[in-house]
Amino acid sequence: MNIGVPREIHDGEHRVATTPDVAAQLIKLGYHVAIESQAGVAANYSDDSYRAAGCKVTTADNIWSHSQLILKVRAPENGETEKLSAGQTLISFLWPAQNPELVKELTHRGVTAMAMDSVPRISRAQKMDALSSMANIAGYRAIVEAAQHFGRFFTGQITAAGRVPPAIIMVIGAGVAGLAAIGAAKSMGAIVRAFDTRPEVKEQVESMDADFLMLDFEENEDGSGEGGYAKTMSKEFIDAEMALFREQAKEVDIIITTALIPGRPAPKLIMTDMVHSMKDGSVIIDLAAEQGGNCELTEADKVVKTENGVSIIGYTDLPSRMASQSSQLYATNLRHLLTDMTPEKDGNIVNNFDDEVVRGATVCKDGEITYPPPAPKLSAAPKKVEVIPTPVVVKERQSVMGPFIGATMGGLALLGLGAVAPESFMAHFTVFVLACFVGYMVIWNVSPALHTPLMSVTNAISSIIVIGALLQISAANATIMWIAAATVLLTSINITGGFAVTHRMLEMFRR
Amino acid sequence: MLSQGIVTVSYIIATILFILALGGLSNQETARRGNWYGIIGMTIALLATIFGVVERHYEILFVALLIGGSLGVILARRVQMTQMPELVAVLHSLVGAAAVAVGYANFMDPGRLSHFTGVELTIHDIETYLGILIGAVTFSGSVIAFGKLSGRIGGKPLTLPGRHLFNLGLLLGAIWFGREFVLQSATGSGMEPLIIMTVIALLFGIHMVVAIGGADMPVVVSMLNSYSGWAASATGFMLGNDLLIVTGALVGSSGAILSYIMCRAMNRKFIAVIAGGFGTGGGASASSSEEDQGEVVPIDAHETAALLLEAKEVMIIPGYGMAVAQAQHTVYEITKALRAKKINVRFGIHPVAGRMPGHMNVLLAEAKIPYDIVFEMDEINENFPEIDVSIVIGANDIVNPSALTDPDSPIAGMPVLECWNGKTSVVLKRSMATGYAGVQNPLFFKDNTRMLFGDAKETLDEVLKAI
Repeated sequence: MNIGVPREIHDGEHRVATTPDVAAQLIKLGYHVAIESQAGVAANYSDDSYRAAGCKVTTADNIWSHSQLILKVRAPENGETEKLSAGQTLISFLWPAQNPELVKELTHRGVTAMAMDSVPRISRAQKMDALSSMANIAGYRAIVEAAQHFGRFFTGQITAAGRVPPAIIMVIGAGVAGLAAIGAAKSMGAIVRAFDTRPEVKEQVESMDADFLMLDFEENEDGSGEGGYAKTMSKEFIDAEMALFREQAKEVDIIITTALIPGRPAPKLIMTDMVHSMKDGSVIIDLAAEQGGNCELTEADKVVKTENGVSIIGYTDLPSRMASQSSQLYATNLRHLLTDMTPEKDGNIVNNFDDEVVRGATVCKDGEITYPPPAPKLSAAPKKVEVIPTPVVVKERQSVMGPFIGATMGGLALLGLGAVAPESFMAHFTVFVLACFVGYMVIWNVSPALHTPLMSVTNAISSIIVIGALLQISAANATIMWIAAATVLLTSINITGGFAVTHRMLEMFRR
Repeated sequence: MLSQGIVTVSYIIATILFILALGGLSNQETARRGNWYGIIGMTIALLATIFGVVERHYEILFVALLIGGSLGVILARRVQMTQMPELVAVLHSLVGAAAVAVGYANFMDPGRLSHFTGVELTIHDIETYLGILIGAVTFSGSVIAFGKLSGRIGGKPLTLPGRHLFNLGLLLGAIWFGREFVLQSATGSGMEPLIIMTVIALLFGIHMVVAIGGADMPVVVSMLNSYSGWAASATGFMLGNDLLIVTGALVGSSGAILSYIMCRAMNRKFIAVIAGGFGTGGGASASSSEEDQGEVVPIDAHETAALLLEAKEVMIIPGYGMAVAQAQHTVYEITKALRAKKINVRFGIHPVAGRMPGHMNVLLAEAKIPYDIVFEMDEINENFPEIDVSIVIGANDIVNPSALTDPDSPIAGMPVLECWNGKTSVVLKRSMATGYAGVQNPLFFKDNTRMLFGDAKETLDEVLKAI
């Protein structure tokens, strides 16, 4: 089967759907890979490097007409759709919910189309989750862009020339992009605060050493929707949220917003008045710009500079701005999908609809629209298991009187014993009780690592019972003498064995 | 012939040395010295008794000492470190047998009736009786424990119907024959009830250990350790010898504390362990957690090696599987290779990992792993969020998150190593079978868990090669 990778024609798109490394692995799966000349140049992959990996470098027309399988990054546009014909398979980002016309057209042409953005969010499909890969890059790049427009250090420093305060960054939406932004900002030394409507991400945020901003809100509303995405919240919740942002806007230097709700315009979270209350030189990076933006003043693909000196960055092509990295991750996601779809490794794609991932990603097949797929079986964040891992505290309620009753009983028993037992017994008994206490005190100090040597040494010591046998061995009675001799034999095994093995073990413990 | 005073002083010195020996084990630096204290104490006690109390039959005595002593040394030299639990069980059984023998010999001594009269005789008889009883339980219990540990007897708990009633019956029988024995002994006989009681005690020891599951073996081994001490102590009472009483009490309380620590580490009641049958009641509730399992993500040795090389903080969690596969030396080689690459490798040990208290520490020490990178569960549990890769080698229940999250789980409330809080966990396992507790482990299905199937030794060898 021939795989064709055309050059991305979208204005400003630098990514490419496969890299030389990944192409080599696709060839191992039995495919022939052809790539349009100059397709990878913008992502720093030269035609020669593709040739070296075993690809054919050719023209666009050749690609579109001779490939059974087309791999792309962006959805087809500007006449690309017209070049597709029945029997061909297209894999790329498609956004079927937003582009119903495109889906119709593809269906009409008899193309099998798979949308990388529709790969279901299940554990097994994580390796093909191109949205997460791209979001990760976008989050990282957002911090790089913020640093570019922010006139100060991220990290706090005390220098000979004076003290530099650290930058304070607020990240709204702690999804993949948000977490990547937190990580990047943290590693540059900034103070990071994060907010999300889904309470279960608090742990993830805190695991990255950022502060999780809590809402002053009565009801415990859970913002987790299907498939690990967020959902729309109630009005009261949004009001509380706004109050929090309004307060934070005055303090923070940089705001990164990543709030998206699937299939809807991005929620407006940063209002004009909040922007005006921010400090001169502050930066807002709006990762939701393509879906309308989380900030009221955001303009897609532009940097807006407000009167009070706040830069609002609405780039929608953050992954494309790191084209080499994003091409590599996207190509690997594609490769994982193709590996799963090529069970025989013979270069033939198998479109198995029993496979939840293939079913979920396929938008149209054999002239029929297959989108949307049936609901996924498993959420990426199974609520039952992960939301609230409250530790089970199994505690027995102990009666206050318990120890007293025990002590009293013990005391009475001792008194009773003392009343009847002869003097000689009580002397031994005293020794016994004291020895128990000494043992109790000493043993608690033993390091757990030495429990085995402890057991073998106590074992050797307990063969002090040999004394009993020694007392009897001088008996005139032959039976007693032989029993005693046998006991001496047994216990001396124990004495030497116990000490020797303890010694051997302790010799092994070393720094 | 030494005077009685010198013998007594020698005993006091021996007692002090024994206490110092146990105290010395509190950390690795002083442990070796502690062992020498024990050896010196034992030598002093033996010499004082041989030259102060023994009157004749020296030749038999020395032959017995020589044979027994050399057997012991050979045994100690030959034993594999993975077989330590078996050796300890065998040695316990010897103490038990010795206590029984000394008790019988003492009872057969005709001088007994002339030494003691009235209450003193009764107390003496009770002491003899108790010494033999505890000794016999220790003996048969240790023999069965040895059988279980060495695999000669199946590890599954044998639960007879009405086993609690059976135990109760044995106890009542022992008390009844104890009374008979004391009554008859005053008139010069009493051998019959004594023998019947010994049989009862042997039966009780067998039944007790047979009913205990493999995962509870650490408790059993430390409990038998305790019993062997109490047997020595009872013998000490019988002979009126303080050295035996003190030493026995030291050993007895040591074993009791160990049992308590082991029980606490499993969040189990001591009585529940002794009553036996772990994993039998868990079947019904275990099924409740099966719905949300999802899929496991397998990984191969090369990927594991790559994962390890990328990590900064690695935690290795060994379990009984490592002992079975004898993989500790490979683990050491991997540790050495990773540490040479400036990767911080540490070990997290659960108190009940293995079949004996401290079993894993001994195995790791045998493989020359420095003890200052081996940590206890309590020391290390909160560090897991910093850990990049945790490697779980042949362990299951001790890393089971349902102990914390699922109140219905049979192991609910048991403290576990929380490796799932780390970035990635790699679990080495032969198959998807459950652990001794018979509980499915949700850890295997977590997103950040990778399963490396196969024999621990072979797969680790491959990982080592890849590194």
